[in-house]
Amino acid sequence: MKLRIGLGSCGIAAGGLAVLDTLESEIKNRGLDLEVMNTGCIGMCHNEPLVDVIEDDGRVFTYGMVTDKIALQIMEDHVAGGNPVEEHLVSATDKPAAFMDGQVRVALRNCGVMDPESIDEYIKQGGYEALTKCLTQMTPEEVIEEVKISGLRGRGGAGFPTWFKWNATRQAKGDKKYIVCNADEGDPGAFMDRSALEGDPHGVLEGMIIAGYAAGASDGAIYCRAEYPLAIRRLEIAIEQARERGMLGSDIMGSNFSFDMYIKQGAGAFVCGEETALIASLEGERGMPRLKPPFPSESGYWGKPTNINNVETFANIPWIIREGGAAFGAMGTEKSKGTKVFALAGKIKYGGLIEVPIGIPLRDVIYKVGGGIKGDRQFKAVQMGGPSGGCIPAGYLDTPVDYESIMALGAIMGSGGMVVMDETTCMVDIARYFLDFTQKESCGKCVQCRIGTKRMLEVLERICEGQGKPGDIELLEELCVMVREGSLCGLGQGAPNPILTTIKYFRDEYEAHIHDHKCPAKQCKALIEYKIDKDKCTGCTICAKKCPVNAISGDKRQPHVIDEALCTRCGTCIDVCPTKFSAVYID
Amino acid sequence: MGCCCSQGDCNVGQQSGDNIALNLLDDVIAEYRGAAGSLIPVLQKAQDIYGYLPAEVIRYIGRQMDVKPAKIFGVATFYAQFRFSPVGKYLIMLCQGTACHVNGSEKIETALSEELNIKMGETTDDGLFTLNDAACLGCCSLAPVMMINGRAYGPLTPDKARSIIKDIYAKEKEAKEGVEQ
Ligand SMILES: Cc1cc2nc3c(=O)[nH]c(=O)nc-3n(C[C@H](O)[C@H](O)[C@H](O)COP(=O)(O)O)c2cc1C
Ligand code: FES
Repeated sequence: MKLRIGLGSCGIAAGGLAVLDTLESEIKNRGLDLEVMNTGCIGMCHNEPLVDVIEDDGRVFTYGMVTDKIALQIMEDHVAGGNPVEEHLVSATDKPAAFMDGQVRVALRNCGVMDPESIDEYIKQGGYEALTKCLTQMTPEEVIEEVKISGLRGRGGAGFPTWFKWNATRQAKGDKKYIVCNADEGDPGAFMDRSALEGDPHGVLEGMIIAGYAAGASDGAIYCRAEYPLAIRRLEIAIEQARERGMLGSDIMGSNFSFDMYIKQGAGAFVCGEETALIASLEGERGMPRLKPPFPSESGYWGKPTNINNVETFANIPWIIREGGAAFGAMGTEKSKGTKVFALAGKIKYGGLIEVPIGIPLRDVIYKVGGGIKGDRQFKAVQMGGPSGGCIPAGYLDTPVDYESIMALGAIMGSGGMVVMDETTCMVDIARYFLDFTQKESCGKCVQCRIGTKRMLEVLERICEGQGKPGDIELLEELCVMVREGSLCGLGQGAPNPILTTIKYFRDEYEAHIHDHKCPAKQCKALIEYKIDKDKCTGCTICAKKCPVNAISGDKRQPHVIDEALCTRCGTCIDVCPTKFSAVYID
Repeated sequence: MGCCCSQGDCNVGQQSGDNIALNLLDDVIAEYRGAAGSLIPVLQKAQDIYGYLPAEVIRYIGRQMDVKPAKIFGVATFYAQFRFSPVGKYLIMLCQGTACHVNGSEKIETALSEELNIKMGETTDDGLFTLNDAACLGCCSLAPVMMINGRAYGPLTPDKARSIIKDIYAKEKEAKEGVEQ
């Protein structure tokens, strides 16, 4: 028997380290000889901390939301007594969780299964077999051909064919060439790259080394955002281990091919995810994008041919080489092959990371895998593609999730972030939120982006504050065109998308804000009032005590009232009003 | 400790009200001097050492690495990570990502501001806490999330956020009393 605990950032955030302590001390107290293995995130983040009990016959029992108390119970009943603790099981080998149903794991194949800090574990899972195959049996051209057969497209956003970029770098003239891994993952709401790096760092390294062989590069750099300290630490460990085993360094496996790499930490600028800005940042400059061409494959890092791919793109490579490009190409749709990882978050019941064949209907992602909306509320929209993406409304839930279909709706696949929204999310506020983001993150190089995003934000802010004017929607649409056309990189070009899609699908909400001074989702503070239903209020005084600005008054056991002039609309009263009364409402 | 750079006419150290031990940087500079494109890692390590980037440190790096201070300020101000004033012992980064936004990060901000009696971007008078906002921390399915000195906490409620702060205060108080005894 073996225990396994998920210690990705999400597992640790949910209290995984305390559970690990409890398990370990309990093992010691009981004098057991039992290993507790660390692993990355399996994707069921909504159930963290997760503890697996792995029986000697290979059966896996997964416990969710484990607390110290539950950990002790698992030790007592299951480990010592042999009886699984049914009420805390979220999945078992013979009873898999619905969340995992329909998933196909390629990029995430090792996440949450093995110890990411052990190269031996990785090798046991078939790791570095693909590299061995490339170096001993395949020419670089054959490797590129295999990737071409797979149909793999870049997972960083634009969906450009990976083989094409590798080949362009290979064909480019240069005495030195580079492979860069884009681990800047700036899209707020996406975390697949973090999970892949934390859960399977060797998988990404192996993909990069293979790319180096194919493209004729000798050096690799991983540009990882500083907000991911655990990912950086695990990458450092993995690089060190790979060097020790001769998977990195000179003359790898006696093949005459030499390759080494290092990590550079990002410093907190979203635009540095754009490849030319990323290169500027790697070179120690302000991370500002430049016009393409020349593409990085011709002139990139230090002016040398450079191939940049996203983390998830690299993570797919070892699988493709091992299982064959055709096996990858057999999944997905005609134009979008393979699987894609999506990060499900927001108002979804089972949030986490999922990997599914490209082309499955949006409805299946949200209702089958994600379990539907939290609190069984009404689905309103899903935001895909982050700040350059858009909101897809309920009417399009049967759209297949692939690059072309999502683009046709005005959103983008992007890196695969899906933030789900319910009827309590205000779509004008969402547009305002994203413009606030792009306006802050604009590097300032293009006038239209720098000033245009600011003007659009101002208009959205005044609409949310109830100061919107007739004609504001048209003004926004006009500005959107200018910003899109006048911006050099994807940040400015995509910035209008959150506005355009919300106007397109939720125009009535904009109009309600502007003309009726109402926020239908009851979110915009200037347009709502908190009130107490005097028939329901029993005068329990809880809200009056908790109100941070003392805006609520009333005698004990008498209905209370909120002073509109004092109320800051913080929502504390509605949160603390006992559900059996539910006397506070928003008007 | 005054200025430790080798130039005799240097008065960088004396310009400062606080004594900033510039020599703490010498190992970092020795490691990166001459390596092209290493300005950002040097600034990151400097910030690790001092907690922020004091003007003296920026000038010292410029002198030692032969880069104009204006250029260093240009790079440093571009990136959100770099700070130009000291931070508290506990740096709270409250996520402002999309998932956290739709799950009510604003209420967490209100609760933290009230509990600490500071606004976003400020540091408490006792120098213990700084409250900053952060881009997505990558734990979106545990939204709303905050990170304190590199450790993430979620999913938060206003009460949970308050009690995390209270726990740290209690721990600090205990440690202080332990020392005094
Ligand atoms: C504003 C902006 C931000 C971007 N952020 C990222 C990012 O965080 N991660 C990423 O892999 N690609 C990002 N990209 C896309 C990259 O420019 C580039 O297309 C990608 O890294 C190429 O890798 P791929 O072909 O494997 O997708 C961004 C692009 C833009 C315009
Ligand atoms: S949106 Fe807050 S952690 Fe991602």
